[in-house]
Amino acid sequence: MRHTITILVENEFGVLTRIAGLFSARGYNIESLSVAPTMDETVSRVSLVTRGDEKVIEQIKKQLNKLIPVIKTEDISFMVHLEREMLMVKVKDSDESLALADEARAKIVDHEQGSYFIAELTGKTEKIDQFLKDIGEKNIIEITRTGPVGMRRGIEGFVV
Amino acid sequence: MKMTGAEIFVECLKREGVEVIFGYPGGAVLPIYDAIFQQSHFKHILVRHEQAALHAANGYARVSGKCGVSLVTSGPGATNAVTGLADSNSDSIPNVCFTGQVPSYLIGTDAFQEADIIGITRSATKHNFLVKDVKDLAKIIRQAFHIATSGRPGSVVVDIPKDVGLASCEFVWPESVAMRSYQPVVEGHPGQVKKAVKAMLKAKRPVLYSGGGVMNARGSAELLLKLCHQLNAPVTNTLMGLGGIPYDDSHFLGMLGMHGTYEANMAVSHCDLLVSVGARFDDRVTGRLDAFAPDAKIIHIDVDPTSVSKNVHADLPIVGDVAVVLQQILDEISHQGKTHNIEALKLWWQQIVEWREVNSLGFEQSNEGPIKPQTVIRKVHEITKGDAIVTTDVGQHQMWAAQHYGFKKPHRWLTSGGLGTMGYGLPAAVGAAMAAPDEPIVCFTGDASIQMCIQELATAYQYRQKIVVVLLNNAYMGMVRQWQEMFHESRFSHSYFDSLPDFAMLAEAYGGVGLRADTLDELDAALATAFSTQESFVFIDVAVAKEENVFPMVPAGAALNEMVLS
Ligand SMILES: Cc1cc2nc3c(=O)[nH]c(=O)nc-3n(C[C@H](O)[C@H](O)[C@H](O)COP(=O)(O)OP(=O)(O)OC[C@H]3O[C@@H](n4cnc5c(N)ncnc54)[C@H](O)[C@@H]3O)c2cc1C
Ligand SMILES: Cc1ncc(C[n+]2csc(CCOP(=O)(O)OP(=O)(O)O)c2C)c(N)n1
Repeated sequence: MRHTITILVENEFGVLTRIAGLFSARGYNIESLSVAPTMDETVSRVSLVTRGDEKVIEQIKKQLNKLIPVIKTEDISFMVHLEREMLMVKVKDSDESLALADEARAKIVDHEQGSYFIAELTGKTEKIDQFLKDIGEKNIIEITRTGPVGMRRGIEGFVV
Repeated sequence: MKMTGAEIFVECLKREGVEVIFGYPGGAVLPIYDAIFQQSHFKHILVRHEQAALHAANGYARVSGKCGVSLVTSGPGATNAVTGLADSNSDSIPNVCFTGQVPSYLIGTDAFQEADIIGITRSATKHNFLVKDVKDLAKIIRQAFHIATSGRPGSVVVDIPKDVGLASCEFVWPESVAMRSYQPVVEGHPGQVKKAVKAMLKAKRPVLYSGGGVMNARGSAELLLKLCHQLNAPVTNTLMGLGGIPYDDSHFLGMLGMHGTYEANMAVSHCDLLVSVGARFDDRVTGRLDAFAPDAKIIHIDVDPTSVSKNVHADLPIVGDVAVVLQQILDEISHQGKTHNIEALKLWWQQIVEWREVNSLGFEQSNEGPIKPQTVIRKVHEITKGDAIVTTDVGQHQMWAAQHYGFKKPHRWLTSGGLGTMGYGLPAAVGAAMAAPDEPIVCFTGDASIQMCIQELATAYQYRQKIVVVLLNNAYMGMVRQWQEMFHESRFSHSYFDSLPDFAMLAEAYGGVGLRADTLDELDAALATAFSTQESFVFIDVAVAKEENVFPMVPAGAALNEMVLS
């Protein structure tokens, strides 16, 4: 099962290494990991996507909480939530590819006629996967993705 | 008041109540050593190798109940300490290690004696800190002690760059150490406690299985004894839990696991309720997982949520400190006002008595010798009345000590269980001697293990410690030889020593008393000398039966009830 876990951590140096190190030392896999500061400058928010059976995920959550700078964690996979990731893709210029980008409501942020364009797209992971598939590997020069970030629906916030 | 980083270090240790630290100097920690020279709040014990500083601090911590503290220099000093950090962390022993670091402005330049000790020790410690600014030093030291000693204890590194030791600032002692990201649970959930008590009173074939957590939670051994008497339940200890129950209490089954007793392993395999008290279902304890306690409901009391349901699913977890939760349980039992299942327990004990009759630890000692290693352990037990502080190295001698010494009290059994570190025993005894200088301290060791930290005889001599080292000399890496005999068709690949030093002479060279025993009479005489010598350490090199094996044994991967008895 795929799980998206949100983690609030003390904003101090080395926290990301501790999280990544935990996963490699215990043989858990990380599909994606992203971190950024929050409104509270002492706190950073990490979004992590991992896979494992129930027992493994349970251990992962406990092990994360055991890291000293981790303030709290939340597995949003089973909650009503939103998940988005952002893609930037550099594509060989063609009318067909541009049309696909338009159809997917990607934003063209850079364009050199007859050479290439860069599209920016935000959406669910599946949507981004589909867009890349539609464009086709042979037309793609380079991609970069943020990995998913997520948030529970509802008025309550996941804050310290 | 303005102070240098080095002075702040001394002041913080004083305020933490530190009485002794173990260390070894070098360039990066010279400012701190200079401040230590000028103070009289705590003693500094000069070891002969940084690994030993950590093991000594570990031994000191286990006996005294305080946090172990050590100080080493940057680079090789710090990397030498890594084994000791990992060892303390696996066995949940509070141990704070201060490492020197190259000056901040040189970090990352491959400077002389620079090692990324924060990176290296990240997975060998509970937590580690790099002090970047002298203004943070007091707060970090406070947090380091708090983290090392609370929750599930462990090792903590505080890495101090040389310039931080020299820089100065206003000293501010943080009155509290509240950390929003670290708040270990102490009290058990009352609802869970209630359910647990119900299950305990209903059980027909209960077993209490206690471990190192009972050592960490001072005072909990008495509560454990009370509980087993109230429930009339048998108790087994892990290797780390020995001393949690007096060996001569009728409810004690001995150790369980790979080299546990027949009755302990059979009881666990047949129980209908297993109550784990501060133990972590290690693979040396459970044997094959799908056959472990197959009929039992499992209650797991542990302060660390990651221990719960990691290897064995807990039907009823109680997260909290063992001492607090055991008291809650005892209170709840009086509150419910019922007794345990007396009739069923009678039958259960009949069965256990039958298993006991197998006498799985039995061995034969002929008068002509050779000296059986088990005999040596039993003789030391008699002389010290089961009351000595016993340290060991790793191997067969460790298992025989666990099986045959017989512990009366907690905090007197110091062994490396989780990491299984050869070289632990002698330095641990050095540390224990600082915590309990007037008590008998025995280190059981092997001819391979002792050579990993033998230089600490010099430390023992310098501080005139009355340690008794008992070497069970079989001229083999006995435990390795045993596995090769049993699982590799007796191909003894590199487990025999063609060359061994004359240990008695070596001990004398280090300043102590060195004795050799080849016969039972010589052994008796040597032991009598050892426990009456008051001036220095005594080292007894005992020639034991070379090819004796440790039994019972659950081969790796087998079920607990598939023991090999001889
Ligand atoms: C050669 C060799 C052979 C071995 N054979 C055996 C064997 O036959 N049998 C055996 O038992 N072991 C054996 N061991 C040791 C084994 O490897 C483990 O170290 C040991 O079983 C772990 O003991 P434990 O479960 O008590 O856990 P520990 O490592 O002592 O851990 C303590 C547990 O209690 C928890 N805890 C700590 N403090 C508290 C507190 N205050 N309150 C609540 N919970 C707390 C911790 O979170 C942890 O889960 C052997 C080791 C070696 C080297
Ligand atoms: C540092 C380290 N290296 C290797 C081992 C593997 N090992 C476990 S027991 C053992 C042999 C120990 O021999 P000895 O100290 O003579 O004790 P004996 O088993 O003979 O009692 C070895 C090599 C270990 N536990 N620790």
